[in-house]
Amino acid sequence: MIFVTVGTQLAFPRLIDAMDRIAAGLDEAVIAQTGPGGGAWAHLDHRPGMPPAEFAETFAAARIVVAHAGIGTILSARGARKPLVIMPRRAALDEHRNDHQMATARQVASMKGVHVAEDEAAIAALLAAEGLEAAEETPGPGRARLVARIREFIG
Amino acid sequence: MTERRILAVASGGGHWQQLMLLRPAFEGGSVFYVTTLRGLAESHGAAPAGFAPDCNRNEPVAVVKTVLALLWRVLRFRPHVVISTGALPGVIALACGRLVGARTIWVDSVANAEEMSMSGRLARRFAHLWLSQWEHVAKAEGADYAGSVL
Repeated sequence: MIFVTVGTQLAFPRLIDAMDRIAAGLDEAVIAQTGPGGGAWAHLDHRPGMPPAEFAETFAAARIVVAHAGIGTILSARGARKPLVIMPRRAALDEHRNDHQMATARQVASMKGVHVAEDEAAIAALLAAEGLEAAEETPGPGRARLVARIREFIG
Repeated sequence: MTERRILAVASGGGHWQQLMLLRPAFEGGSVFYVTTLRGLAESHGAAPAGFAPDCNRNEPVAVVKTVLALLWRVLRFRPHVVISTGALPGVIALACGRLVGARTIWVDSVANAEEMSMSGRLARRFAHLWLSQWEHVAKAEGADYAGSVL
């Protein structure tokens, strides 16, 4: 099963429409959490939002997760050790208020198991790839330093 | 020394997940978590926890509701420290914390790799410790930098 998620804040029709077209040609179930607004997508098992427990279960059951370039999704994929395909939201297309997801995508592109796709063709190619690498929960040394700083401040 | 009471606040989604990764920093303290999505804290085993309604600056009525929820929480819990990873409800939590003399920490979301978030800029006036998770952003904005959850 492929799980598509765009977060709780904003819809992302460019990604969901692309996944609907891709799903038409797959013999694998595609479950999509599509964000506010909803819509009609014939080839997706879709809903605007999911309660946290159902979200976690669906995430854990997925073969691959396809998503916007949200930090929450990236951290979830690392924790659940899933291959993650992300397409960043673009401000020019009214997909977010600024281009911070483009910046996030650039910053995480080198992370193990995080695969950045700019368009539908790139997503389709990654989904068809054999043995797509999974993300890992391997925090850099920066997390320990940040935690230590906060702990010291708390006293 | 008395046990530190720590109020840890984050909106649902990426902000909350970053807060969860910072939990080791709260060890030894008595933590109360607040988020904007029901069931979220429970699904992460974060307890005790409460709910505050989400809000953004374009919805003044929602902002007032969030202020009331967090003010009530702060007055009941009397935190020594308030920490947030965002977004606007976290700023409000820091401001409420200041009213009861709490020390406050803002950790700007790692999603803001090019500039401080709007909430982060608002939080500056309420935060004793004002952190960006990107060294270049911290430098440009005058924030502190200690590392990132990534």
